Amino acid sequence: MNLYYYASPATFYPLAGKLIPWFAGLAVVLGAIGLYISFFIAPTDFQQGEGYRIIFIHVPAAWMSMFIYLVMAFWSAIGLAFNTRLSFLIARALAPTGAMFTFIALWTGAFWGKPMWGTWWVWDARLTSELILLFLYVGYMALQAAIDAPRRADRAGALLNLVGVINIPIIYFSVKWWNTLHQGSSVSLTGAPSMAMIMLWGMLVMALAAWMYTIAVSLARSRILILERERQTEWARAQLEGQA
Amino acid sequence: MKPRHRKLALIAAVVAALGLAVVLVLNAFNSNLVFFFSPTQVANGEAPTARAFRIGGLVEEGSIKREKDGLTTRFVVTDTARTIPVIYTGILPDLFKEGKGVVAEGRLGSDGLFAASQVLAKHDENYMPPEAAHAIEQAQKAQQTVVE
Repeated sequence: MNLYYYASPATFYPLAGKLIPWFAGLAVVLGAIGLYISFFIAPTDFQQGEGYRIIFIHVPAAWMSMFIYLVMAFWSAIGLAFNTRLSFLIARALAPTGAMFTFIALWTGAFWGKPMWGTWWVWDARLTSELILLFLYVGYMALQAAIDAPRRADRAGALLNLVGVINIPIIYFSVKWWNTLHQGSSVSLTGAPSMAMIMLWGMLVMALAAWMYTIAVSLARSRILILERERQTEWARAQLEGQA
Repeated sequence: MKPRHRKLALIAAVVAALGLAVVLVLNAFNSNLVFFFSPTQVANGEAPTARAFRIGGLVEEGSIKREKDGLTTRFVVTDTARTIPVIYTGILPDLFKEGKGVVAEGRLGSDGLFAASQVLAKHDENYMPPEAAHAIEQAQKAQQTVVE
């Protein structure tokens, strides 16, 4: 077995079909565990009371919004470099989920900001750069939808995707580089987390559930994109007829 | 539309989108990256005192005084080096407390009193149960007694 084997849409299609139920199942199980920890096991916070529990949705969504964009950029770069069709399709399949998580991060952030900070929205560096990320996702999808020639749509989207990557470190480090209303990171790769262990666990399990959900949904979406793109080939026709 | 024109239109659209993104970023850099100024920065004349701006710091311990009308509050913002007295009329966020972070937007009067039009609470990135917070407080107090 080699990796090139699965780089062909015709072989990736059935593989993705087999994997989807597993990732979907994991997403449900982890989501249930994560929500249980978030609502019933994690203790009340010393300064924010029960309101802090929105963190269990907000932070995983914000992590995913940035991480999905990086994964898309990776596949876009591979696609541009090696001209592999599947890479572009995977980037494309990820975009709506990334946009959704960005929206959730902004939305729950507003809901959290009103009671804690006293405002729905401020134009500080963290919030503004996350909003720009949402525009980048929407721009990527709009650009691809606007171009009829599939190959050209792939390349244009990939280019926009790669240019937008500059925004990710800006989002991540914004709370360090500038004075922002948004507080610093509670969890980082280098330092010890500044939250109680069980709260951290709740957040990490929720993040894992979000990962599994993202993989399941984008695999399903990439299968549809593959069929749409390969509809003139024999195997895709056979697939479509088999379903009909 | 000819293919050539389509291509041109596409490039123009991409350039426009990128341009808009850059403009937004730069705009954010200009006016909003410095979301607030500390009392020391204000004292050094770094803040644009001619127009409305934001100050940030901690609410000084024992400085919160409520006026009789029940809505107006006076407090002092400190960065431990310099302080600025603030007056504000309106509803304060729940997390507004002495010794905690605050960001106030308003104008600096000639008398040095900062008249705020909006007061926001800035909390830190620490999350823990109240018992843990209490334990830390006790430990700090114990340490202070030892030092004294």
